[in-house]
Amino acid sequence: MTASSQTKASTARFGVVVFPGSNCDADSHDAVNSFTGAEARYLWHKDTELAGLDCVILPGGFSYGDYLRCGAIARFSPIMKAVRRFAEDGGLVIGICNGFQILLEAGMLPGAMHRNAGLKFVCKLVNLRVENAATPFTRAYAPGQRISIPIAHMEGNYFIDAEGLAEMEQHDQIVVRYCDEAGEVTMEANPNGSLGNIAGVCNRDGNVFGLMPHPERVCDPVVGGADGRGVFESIMDFLVNKR
Amino acid sequence: MTAKPAYELLGLKAREYDDICARLGREPNYVELAIFSLMWSEHCGYKHSRPLLKGLPVGGDCILQGPGENAGIIDIGNGLAIAMKIESHNHPSAIEPFQGAATGIGGIVRDIFAMGARPIACLDPLHFGSLEKARQKFLLDGVVAGVAAYGNCMGIPTIGGEIHFEDAYEGNCLVNVMCVGQVEHDGILKASAHGEGNLIILFGSTTGRDGIGGASILASAEFDESAGEKRPTVQVGDPFTEKKLLEASLEMRDRGLLVGLQDLGAGGLSSSASEMASKGGSGIDMDIARVPLREAGMEPFEIMISESQERMLACVTPGNEAAALAVCAKWDLDATVIGKVTDTGRLRIFRGEEMIGDMPVAALVDEAPTYLVEPVRPRHEVDEPLAEDHYPPPEDPAAVLLKLLASPNICSRRWVYQQYDHMVQTNNALWPGGEAAVLRLKGRRDGVALVTDGNGRRCYLDPRRGARAVVAEAARNLSCTGARPVAITNCLNFGNPEKGGIYHQFKEAVEGMTEACEALETPVTGGNVSFYNESFGKAIYPNPVVGMLGVVDDVDRIARHGFAGDGDVILLLGSGRPAVDGSEYQLRIHGEVAGRIPDVDLELEKKLQALVREAIREGMIISVHDVSDGGLACCLAESAIEGGRGAVVELDDAGDGADGSGPRADIMLFGETPGLVVATVAGDDLERLRQMAGDVPLRVIGRTGGERLVIKSGGRELLSVPVSDAAASWENALEKMMQGT
Repeated sequence: MTASSQTKASTARFGVVVFPGSNCDADSHDAVNSFTGAEARYLWHKDTELAGLDCVILPGGFSYGDYLRCGAIARFSPIMKAVRRFAEDGGLVIGICNGFQILLEAGMLPGAMHRNAGLKFVCKLVNLRVENAATPFTRAYAPGQRISIPIAHMEGNYFIDAEGLAEMEQHDQIVVRYCDEAGEVTMEANPNGSLGNIAGVCNRDGNVFGLMPHPERVCDPVVGGADGRGVFESIMDFLVNKR
Repeated sequence: MTAKPAYELLGLKAREYDDICARLGREPNYVELAIFSLMWSEHCGYKHSRPLLKGLPVGGDCILQGPGENAGIIDIGNGLAIAMKIESHNHPSAIEPFQGAATGIGGIVRDIFAMGARPIACLDPLHFGSLEKARQKFLLDGVVAGVAAYGNCMGIPTIGGEIHFEDAYEGNCLVNVMCVGQVEHDGILKASAHGEGNLIILFGSTTGRDGIGGASILASAEFDESAGEKRPTVQVGDPFTEKKLLEASLEMRDRGLLVGLQDLGAGGLSSSASEMASKGGSGIDMDIARVPLREAGMEPFEIMISESQERMLACVTPGNEAAALAVCAKWDLDATVIGKVTDTGRLRIFRGEEMIGDMPVAALVDEAPTYLVEPVRPRHEVDEPLAEDHYPPPEDPAAVLLKLLASPNICSRRWVYQQYDHMVQTNNALWPGGEAAVLRLKGRRDGVALVTDGNGRRCYLDPRRGARAVVAEAARNLSCTGARPVAITNCLNFGNPEKGGIYHQFKEAVEGMTEACEALETPVTGGNVSFYNESFGKAIYPNPVVGMLGVVDDVDRIARHGFAGDGDVILLLGSGRPAVDGSEYQLRIHGEVAGRIPDVDLELEKKLQALVREAIREGMIISVHDVSDGGLACCLAESAIEGGRGAVVELDDAGDGADGSGPRADIMLFGETPGLVVATVAGDDLERLRQMAGDVPLRVIGRTGGERLVIKSGGRELLSVPVSDAAASWENALEKMMQGT
């Protein structure tokens, strides 16, 4: 097991992967260090060793420039082999925005991204409904809870074929959906055209999670909200109090 | 017919050529001539602006670096400093909006990290022609996408700016870009090459044929029918490489490997190397055979003047060479030692062993000729404002309000700022759409506020008053968040300075800016002059754009502009008689730009702003908004829309416009004048605020609440509009204009 079974908050270890072009690495690092009591360290994209870590964060940004398809180059980076092994051993992996795109390209999560339906980059606060509050990443939220977390992306239009979607629904893999103020999942509340308003999904084992919104951006009320803190609190709760 | 001499094709005058020969003691060869033509271009040499810019106030206790470096640096206390700079990328954006704007961001961002500062924000003041023209939509769409593509990829939030649409920018849009960074005092770098025998390392992208003649041919001449042919002078941006360049530069700085750092911008290697030598009081020998090239067969002059993006020059000691190259290798960046520092005071260019250029650094950097032009006051500038009854009063003021709220100059900028990642780095204490952006500084109680302001239309009617008003408005915007204005950076956008009328506008504006900066104690830390903003002989509005930095002592105590509670008292603070001259109301409703704008009372302005800041600090201000485009009615409407609640306002002193009476009702509602602020406070705080106000005029004009904005005068209702209607006009106007065909 990569994640030790009795982790205390002070000894939980987060790793934040830095690809060339990552630009939310510092924000994720800061969120962990400021709000979890745990410690984060940076991992270089050429690293291949993740021993001693409990959770790996693939942060937002434009890995390798993303001039091809978002995440399409990052999936071949040396560290992604290690991240895959880490996940297979039960370690927690969360991909935020570009990190989510990389997890999709790497086949560690089902589905794929299209360019936003509006064909423009969209940065704004959106509402999410927590569809699965049992994952290691969402257990601090209540089932069905509405949370406000910003998005900032050009390619967040999630797609999966009907068969894949049915499979995901069957295994509760749809974790968060875009919704309106009232918590209703509506067309109007969909900022990028995602199928079924899907904003974040997990793998079947629940230890790999990807989402387009940026929880690390709303951990401190002084910058506009603290709804994102629940993601980090969930991870800590999972690591400390166990599964 | 004889062919034009080479110097003329490169944009130099015969007199300037003679001057160059005199300084060299011989005729220059083509490489030298190409280098001189760049360094002595208006863009690099400030030939028409230098004498006038000398009058701007540049000193101050907190100024660690004034004009003359890649960016200004301002001390904000406890060891931290802010670097800031604004620049124009007007001509490249007018030709190729996406890449023009993108490389504008790239250039200004390099200026900031060349100082050792980590960029924390960009702001983009933009000016276009009317959106009724398809070309202007194309330009706006491309420029915004270009800013977004570059800034978003870099992970630098674009947190502010402004957009104006006026016919005067139809042939020559303005794309100004400002970047702000933070740096510890002991991390500040200078663009200096000193220490004989030290090495010059070129790192970043390879050098290609893109951007040849950008500074001389594109930036230092007017547009004519050949504008489209200048597209190859526009560079192509690669934000991914720039992101690596940023990280590698700061890593080298952190490891103490740098003697000096300089970016390559306008003028490429020529400009960067000669400026580094100039600042270091040294010389540089450079071997162009070592420069990594994008394509084979490039001529030496092309290598020297290429404006390929994402390149930096570092000066390092021989002992640090290997470590510096290793940092670049870690970030997968090309890095090559291309030269060394000498004590000759000369820039010498070699191709292998062969010397192909040899010029005195001082001649290149400091000795471009300067020109004084006889100023001529244009005929449209008049001494008297229009009579208040010059235009007939509108029949339906409510309809006027809705039309103004939907004006492209007033409506919500959401369509734009949602395309910018304005949240990355997680410092936004105040999100876009307010008076100014406020950023926290992690680990500190204080923060910084940033704003840009420009108003070419007012400067067109009176460049001196206009420039004074622009500085005052920027300071007022900052004060309305609670921030103390500290310093400015300026981007002076004008037409062809060789024309007396344009020179007059420039001179008046610089002098007006000087007066306001002195009065408000906001020195100039640097900036940029952009001349030749003309197409087919028609100049843009004279447009001195100001980027201003403010400091907030406590980011938990900042103010917002939306009405935040029902039953709050609405106050009008300050004084000034609104006028139709130069207003959005005049342009949009009466279809004219004429008259003379009111002047700002700088002494009162200073007191007004101090009062607003103190009241915010004391926690008395519930909301505050300055009266600007669209006048008092639009100001109230914007606060109502933002707060989602209405207000009832009674303006008891509207008159008929006759001598001695108050302004006519429509001018009271929609006229503009600097120096007015609308604030809301709790009734209980009113008396205390009156005491604090001293001789700053304070009038109670109404109360918040209800679902309508109602404005009355003398018991008569001037207008009554549901807040939801106002919001509907204001919110989606820009989207609708961009989607319309």
